[in-house]
Amino acid sequence: MAATQHASVALAGNPNAGKTTLFNALTGARQHVGNYPGITVERKEGVAMVNGREVRILDLPGTYSLSAYSPEELVARNVLVTERPQVVVGVLNASCLERNLYLAVQLMELGAPLVLALNMMDEAEAQGLRINMPRLADLLGLPVLPLVAKRGKGVDELMAVVTSRLDTPVHAPPLHVSYGPDLDAALASMQQLIEEHRFLTDRYPARWIALKYLEADADILAQGRQAGPLSAMLEEIAEKTAAHCRSTLEVEPEAIIADYRYGFIASLMRKGVLSREVAEERRAFSEKMDRILTQRLLGPVLMFAVLLALYHAVFTLGETPMGWTEAFFGWLSGVASEALPEGLLRSLVVSGIIDGVGGVFSFVPLIMIMFFLLAFLEDTGYMARVAYMLDRVFRMFGLHGSSVMPLIISGGVGGGCAVPGVMAARTLRSPKERLATILTAPFMTCGAKLPVFILITGVVLPEHQAWAMFALTLTGWAMALVGARILRWTVIRGPATPFVMELPPYRFPTLRGLLIHTWERTWQYIKKAGTVILAISILLWAAMTYPSLPEEQAAALPDEAAVAEASLEYSIAGRIGKALEPLSRLAGIDWRTNIALVGGFAAKEVIVSTLGTAYSLGEVDAEDASSLAERLAANPDFTLAAAIALMLFVLIYAPCFVTVVTIWRESNWKWALFSTAYSTGTAYVLAVAVYQVLSMVIS
Amino acid sequence: MAHIMSLRELQVDQPAVIASVTAKGEMGRRIRDMGLAPGVQVSVFGRAPLYDPVALRVLGTTISLRNNEADHILVQVEE
Repeated sequence: MAATQHASVALAGNPNAGKTTLFNALTGARQHVGNYPGITVERKEGVAMVNGREVRILDLPGTYSLSAYSPEELVARNVLVTERPQVVVGVLNASCLERNLYLAVQLMELGAPLVLALNMMDEAEAQGLRINMPRLADLLGLPVLPLVAKRGKGVDELMAVVTSRLDTPVHAPPLHVSYGPDLDAALASMQQLIEEHRFLTDRYPARWIALKYLEADADILAQGRQAGPLSAMLEEIAEKTAAHCRSTLEVEPEAIIADYRYGFIASLMRKGVLSREVAEERRAFSEKMDRILTQRLLGPVLMFAVLLALYHAVFTLGETPMGWTEAFFGWLSGVASEALPEGLLRSLVVSGIIDGVGGVFSFVPLIMIMFFLLAFLEDTGYMARVAYMLDRVFRMFGLHGSSVMPLIISGGVGGGCAVPGVMAARTLRSPKERLATILTAPFMTCGAKLPVFILITGVVLPEHQAWAMFALTLTGWAMALVGARILRWTVIRGPATPFVMELPPYRFPTLRGLLIHTWERTWQYIKKAGTVILAISILLWAAMTYPSLPEEQAAALPDEAAVAEASLEYSIAGRIGKALEPLSRLAGIDWRTNIALVGGFAAKEVIVSTLGTAYSLGEVDAEDASSLAERLAANPDFTLAAAIALMLFVLIYAPCFVTVVTIWRESNWKWALFSTAYSTGTAYVLAVAVYQVLSMVIS
Repeated sequence: MAHIMSLRELQVDQPAVIASVTAKGEMGRRIRDMGLAPGVQVSVFGRAPLYDPVALRVLGTTISLRNNEADHILVQVEE
């Protein structure tokens, strides 16, 4: 597979500069998306056909800089030095050339074989910007080409330059930017030492290494310390320089370097590269849109309408195809039941494998629609505005403005699903806030918990069912927000990640880009979640089947329902349920419910059907559980206090395993385990407290 | 007359030039990565419904940051 080969052309650029649009235009469907080992940064590569020849292209993660403070930046930098692409295309957004050149300058300092593509030239011209490209090319000593990637304009010309550079590589001497008298002196002496000792120079330019020592770049320092004793000397020079800067200017060298870099860019602009038309400044389309969409009163109202519409679209559009996949797997179960003789093999295939895999696939339509709409909101630029408007509220709970979407999709309006919800947290760029969102999103009232709540409220609060459901939804929000606050004070401690972000101009996304994006992510879900979930669902099936009830005991029972009850009680799950009864009693939960809760780990709607089996009712339909409701109502132990405690427990306890696997995929297995454990622990403590207090109050 | 103040105090649409960025560490880097550097023209485009964060016009783009981040940016305005 192309994934392991080294790309010959790399695309580098800021987020929102149109890198991915160019990548899609070049490679089309011939692309492969994976992850860099050990981190969630995506690695996208593909093959472009240029005049009948194949050119391998790698889309580097979008970054603003090349420091080593975010995984994206570190990846971009490491790919450039280890894979050594023969050409690097710097994709710049021409309408904010200065900021985009900040990255380009750093690429040149690193000695990357750069070709600059000024994307969105049409927008820049519409805003009255005149860019003298030959002048810029001349000043920087590299090719500069215009591009409108979205409409494919300039792509062929760009690729012609790129392929000619592939044929005759041009040696690119690293760019030399002056950083002022203090730093330049230090840089010069460090550079000399580095060159003398050939210190890391097989990977990086000497002056660049010196710069990174001044910036105290953790990654380079670590490499340097391994490389040899010269590192200590360089660190000493860097520290002395830093101390001098602090005492005279009260700033860190890092800040001086950034300021001089912008100064260098500003001087380029003044040398006739950029002129702004004196004619009246055109109010950009985006500004007009923002006047309405982020207006103080109208903005939030429109935002809630958009978020609700998105939520409804995901679940109403998803319903029909979800029905199809469910019907397909139902049909498959039927066929398998017919074909296989009654017994363990049939049970394994039907209840273990087909139900398990069917469970994964039934989410696929939801995930596809969710990713499509989310990509639409993100690519249009609206998602950033949502984060902007809601940040103040969510920050109080240690979250980020972008946390709202995952929480709503997980069931913030009742009937969502935590699987796409957890995946939607990808839009968060702040690692701590993202993790807190992922760990609390499963507290929401997802669609699978609803049948359980409908059953129980129907038994104990038949008059006030709607209010009870509303209260449960609010409890879900309260748990998620308070939970996030507590997590951010304890296990995910630490100051808020800086919010500073770009509100990208509003744009209409291309359908092709949206479809590629949606398919990539859906496929990743199917591939990764599918394998693990199959294994776990077989495990859960085994726990509820083995050891099987001895035949003489089964023979003594009156009917099939009684046999099913006895078999379940005899199985590992049944034994766990019984063993936990002394503990669960404190929360008013009996062993039958315990078994159902164990089964609920497979999927929350299983709680109702397992409860049916445990009350020896045979098959119980989750949608119509009236016979089960009668049984529950007749149980003297099933008091109002016990019912409320049980609902609270179901709301909060361990996410279903599809969610757990998704959390694992989106973070790591430790957080997935943590999520399971702390949710169950919190659920238990709260359920016991509520049961004990309510029992006293009510009696 | 030129006058230096914190970016937080800047009025909507009041033109200013960044005098210095005093933020350190990760916040400082992120602010500078976004093009907020001394000598750059900046103006407040708007504030979020709860007055925080704030949206800025910088070098042809819109950047948003929280008020407590704006505190670390000093700007120069013409009186």
